[in-house]
Parts: sequence; C-alpha cells; structure tokens
Amino acid sequence: MDSAGSVVSVAPQLLIQSAGSRSSECSRNSITFSTSPLTGRSRQDVAWSRRGQSRERSCRLHPGRRAHDPGKLTLLCDAKTDGSFLVHHFLSFYLRANCKVCFLALVQSFSHYNIVGQKLGVSLTVARERGQLVFLEGLKSSMDVFFQAHKEPHPLQFLREVNAGNLQPLFEFVREALKPVDNREPAWRCPVLLVDDLSLLLSLGVGAVAVLDFVHYCRATVCCEFKGNVVALVHDSGDGEDEENDILLNGLSHQSHLILRTEGLSTGFCRDVHGQLKILWRRPSQPTAQRDRSLIYQYKIQDKNVSFFAKGMSPAVL
Amino acid sequence: MAAEATCGAGAGSTGSLAAAVGMSNVTSFQRRGPRVGGADSGGPRLMSIAGTRPSVRNGQLLVSTGLPALDQLLGGGLAVGTVLLIEEDKYNTYSPLLFKYFLAEGIINGHTVLVASAKEDPAVILQELPAPLLDDSRKQELDEDIYNHKTPESNSKMKIAWRYQLLPKMEAGPVSSSRFGHYYDASKRIPQELIEASKWHGFFLPEKISSTLKEEPGSLTPGYIKLLQFIQNIIYEEGFDGSNPQKKQKNILRIGIQSLGSPLWGDDIFCTENCDNSHSLTKFLYILRGLLRTSLSVCIITMPTHLTQNKAVIARVTNLSDTVVGLESFIGSERETNPLYKDYHGLIHIRQIPRLNNLICDESDVKDLAFKLKRKLFTIE
Repeated sequence: MDSAGSVVSVAPQLLIQSAGSRSSECSRNSITFSTSPLTGRSRQDVAWSRRGQSRERSCRLHPGRRAHDPGKLTLLCDAKTDGSFLVHHFLSFYLRANCKVCFLALVQSFSHYNIVGQKLGVSLTVARERGQLVFLEGLKSSMDVFFQAHKEPHPLQFLREVNAGNLQPLFEFVREALKPVDNREPAWRCPVLLVDDLSLLLSLGVGAVAVLDFVHYCRATVCCEFKGNVVALVHDSGDGEDEENDILLNGLSHQSHLILRTEGLSTGFCRDVHGQLKILWRRPSQPTAQRDRSLIYQYKIQDKNVSFFAKGMSPAVL
Repeated sequence: MAAEATCGAGAGSTGSLAAAVGMSNVTSFQRRGPRVGGADSGGPRLMSIAGTRPSVRNGQLLVSTGLPALDQLLGGGLAVGTVLLIEEDKYNTYSPLLFKYFLAEGIINGHTVLVASAKEDPAVILQELPAPLLDDSRKQELDEDIYNHKTPESNSKMKIAWRYQLLPKMEAGPVSSSRFGHYYDASKRIPQELIEASKWHGFFLPEKISSTLKEEPGSLTPGYIKLLQFIQNIIYEEGFDGSNPQKKQKNILRIGIQSLGSPLWGDDIFCTENCDNSHSLTKFLYILRGLLRTSLSVCIITMPTHLTQNKAVIARVTNLSDTVVGLESFIGSERETNPLYKDYHGLIHIRQIPRLNNLICDESDVKDLAFKLKRKLFTIE
C-alpha cells in the first residue's frame, strides 16, 4: 500500500482473505483505494456514491487519475450492454473539476444528459451558459443539416454527402471549441473532448478509416497541443460481424491510455449485478510503474449512482 | 363515443403532469413538475393530453402501445419522442397486428395518426383496424372466462418447479377499464365514424414517388427522403414541435411506418450483401429520431430483419432505435409441435429498452415471453 507498484498486489490478497465482518471487508476495499499514494495526490477524485455510507462500499473509479494529467485518451467500450453510465460519469467528473468540455452528443438529446447530470450533481445548462461546456446535439443539428442547405460547412456535413464523408468540419468545430482563449475569461483547466458514440458515426456513413483519422487529429490537437484529454465511447458487437467497427475498436485500443470495458455477465441476466467493468491501463507515464495493469469489478447501476464491488462480492450473493 | 369520454377523463386526471411544451425549450422529456398547483384544476401551465400519462420513474410522458401487456413490459408504456422497432416475424402474421393496435389506440384517444406504407394504401389499413372493447357488456363475459381459468390454477401448488410460483403473474385480461390502454377485438372492424372523426395522414409510396427530385441531400433513397420531408411538414404545420404557440390543445402524433427497409421502399439493404446505399436506412433512422425528439410524437416501425443474415446491420439498426421488440412465430417451425409451446403462437423478445433521463431502465425480470392471440385478446406471458 506504500508504493505505486504494489497496489495491484494488495488487491488479490484482499479477495483471497476470508471474511471478517462484511462491513470491515468492504471498508478495507475502499481503504485500499482511497489512501493509496496516487489517489492522495489527486484532489479531483470523485466519490462515485454521493454519501459514501452505503453498505456496498462504492469504490473510487480513479485511483490513479489526476484531472491535470495531460494528454490521455480514454476509451470506453461496451460489449452487449449499455455503457452510457460511464459517459455520464465522465461528463460530470470533468465539469466538476472545472475543465472546459466539448461534448459531441450524437445519441441522445440535451435534456436527457441534463437530467442525468442533475442526478449526478452538475447542471449542464449552467455550464453551457458559463461557457464551460460546448455541446453539440447531434439529433437536433442533423435535422438542420438535412432539411436545409447550408453555405458554410456544418459540423455534421457528412450527412449530406453521398460517399463516405470526411469529418473535417467536425474536427474544425472541436478545435474551435477547445482553443484556449487568451483574454480575461476565467481560466478553465485542461480542455476535454468527450464523444458519445463513435460507432454511430460508422452507421451514418463515415468509414472506419475516416473516424480513426478524426480521432488522430483530435488527439494531436487536444492532447498534445492543448494538453487536454479525450474520452470516447465505442460499441463492441463482440462476434466480429461488424468489420468496420472492429477496425475502429482495434485501432483505438492501441492508441488509448486507459480502456474501460463494460460487459454483461457471462452467466446471463441478473437483477443485482448489471455487469462487469474491466479497467486496463496501458502506456503508463512513469517508467517505474507496472505495465498494463488491469482490474475487474462488477457493478450495479442505481438511480443516482453506480456501486462497484469485487467479483462475487455482491450483497445479493453474500 | 369512446374518444370523447377519453378526452374528458384525460383532462380532469392527475394535474401534476407538466406537459407545457410551449414554455421552455421544446423537448418532450419533462420532469415531473412540483405539486404546487396540483390541487386546483390545473393552471395554464399544467396541461395533460388525452391518452398519455407520466411515468412513475422519471416523469416522462408515456403513451400506450395499444397492448396493455406490452405496456407493462416496457415499463408502463412508450415514451413520447421515441421509436419502437418491431422485428417482424417470418411470415408477417403478427406484426401487422401490433401495428394496427398502435394505430387504433391513437384513433381512440384522438391523436393524429400518420401511416406510411409502401405496399398498402393507408386508407385501407385504417379500415382494417380492430374495434375497441367496450367496458360494460364484454367485461362480464371476460370476467367469467378469467375466473374459470384462474381457479384450477390457484389451487394447485407447484411441487417441483416451486421457484416458478414466485414469478409474477402477468395480467391476462382486462382487469379494469383503464383509460390508458384499451383492449381490442381482432375480429371486428373499427366503426367508420371513429375514423372519420379522427385526423390522419397517409403516405403511400407509389403515389408520392412519381415526381422527380431536384436535389439529393445525402445518400438516402428517394422514398426515405420523401417520407422524412412529409413527416417534417406535418410536424411543422400542425405544431407538434411547439412552433405554433396559439394551438390550444396539444396532441400527439403517432407515426406508423410499415415494413421499413424492405425492397418495396427502394432499399436493398436487406437483400444484397454489399449494396451501394448501405447507410440509407441508418441515416433515415437517425434523422427520424431527431425529428421525434423535438416534437410530441411517437413512432412505430416494423422491419423485416429476418430477410438478412448480416448481423452488423441489425446491430446498427438496434442501436439507433430506442425500444426494440422481436417477434418470432411458431408457424412453420419445429416449435409448433413442441408441447411446451402448445398454447402459444410465438415468442416475443424484448431486445432493448431505452434508458431515458436516467441511468437505469425498467427491465422486467422475466425474460422468456410468449404470446398468444385469442379472438379478443393478445396476451403475453
């Protein structure tokens, strides 16, 4: 528990240990993460549960992350389940950390994200008015693009194109949104690009290579030039029938620093455990840290938070 | 007349629903307003629309699909602004029925109905809608039916499969006369005067496609482009998106699109392996959802997904729709003679339920569902 490298070694021991009382085990679980030195340095750690006193001790999702850790690409991947709760989490996390966020919300409407955000404690309308959040609502803008012809390029211009479009206008939109403005505006922290659903771009006629190019450009601009972070969600069909999606997923997995993969349980549907989350760190920044650490948690989504627990430790089972 | 009765009841019912779309940014998802003005008969900002009710979970506006059993499985009803996709069964026997129930529910509740089809004239489809079951005389008959059916069941306790006894019993018949969902008699036709009293629009592809297009936005097939423009015109002209604030009575637009994606629409996505316009259908769905989210409408689409083996297309289409229900009938398959399925006509799979305004959704605990069609009832168990 003292050095960064031994975090992983503590966790398996915890699972093998036979129980004391259940509450002490659960609290041990959280202690492992909350007092590890990496977390101690981060001030922006978000406690996933609002009160933190629940019996299924929710663990913190970011033991090693710091909001001012620049230049990371995080890939959210869901396989046969719905991983959108991670998108909501990251959105509220970065907004609370006072970062400037550009959110490409292609899947749902603004009010949906707003209402869920209010449950998690942030108000998107306020953030948008303050200028902290730049929100591209895909559903509404697509209607503008489709039904009226525009002179200047619209971010969703590819909807009108007959062949596999390119995402250049979208990239220009992102760059314009996250460009650091150097007047007396209150300085937000690192810029963040959040994309809800890159797989949707494939469905709308953009080729996998074009989407990979777009991510590459965004990474070069947002991560390296603006020192920000990029978070993107991709669906995984799992069986390998959607080739374009697989190309996209494989390409992004190699580029990303952190992969959060949600899957359903392999044994089928369960009311108390909604799925399993695999966390995989790649390309660690410090050379002394271990390479490619991975952790697996199971989770249950509740109304206002998500509780995580180690495999097999769901209170329904114990 | 059933329509007026429903309207009357709807207006006086729970005044806590904040459906004042004209007030704020036009969106069909409204939080349940505070019950401040709930005691009085509802100030100008609290209006309720006939045939809808707020969801108990997050205060969204729900409409009935026409099948109370399906409503129950979908968490109370279909949310306004979403798409219900029905994957047709192989010989297309039962999905038109669900389609018609949906439209009939709209006519009974006084909603505006838009029917789009490539193979049947919408006027003909509307003639064939089932008649609603009236509460008074039929209820007695059905009560006896259910009573006889239930008593032998409740007496025998299960000995071996005792876990199944804990499963919730599905509502099999019209237990109470709810104004939210109606039961329909599949053997009778809807009375002509109800159709004439209601407002409907039809889109029949062979009529509309004869004119040539000046310009082609995007790579959609001409049929889809026409349909999208038609829907958008109706929404705009009749003020479903709140663009016409003088409208005194808000209403819901129910859109029904039959057999989308079939070759009749000019789209060969389900027929050929690598077709040119392979994103036509997905783009259509995306833009349709955009239209629905910004207006008070609900849409039902039946799609013959059994025509294709390409699971990628089905996965993409599923991801683009909100609620997906698949029907699998036993006709012609080996399950017809399986004694387990003796009483039923097919299986129904709820493939996806949307998580709207929430982190979770209302999934039912029971996953194996079968349906059967009796003369007056479509039950799902």
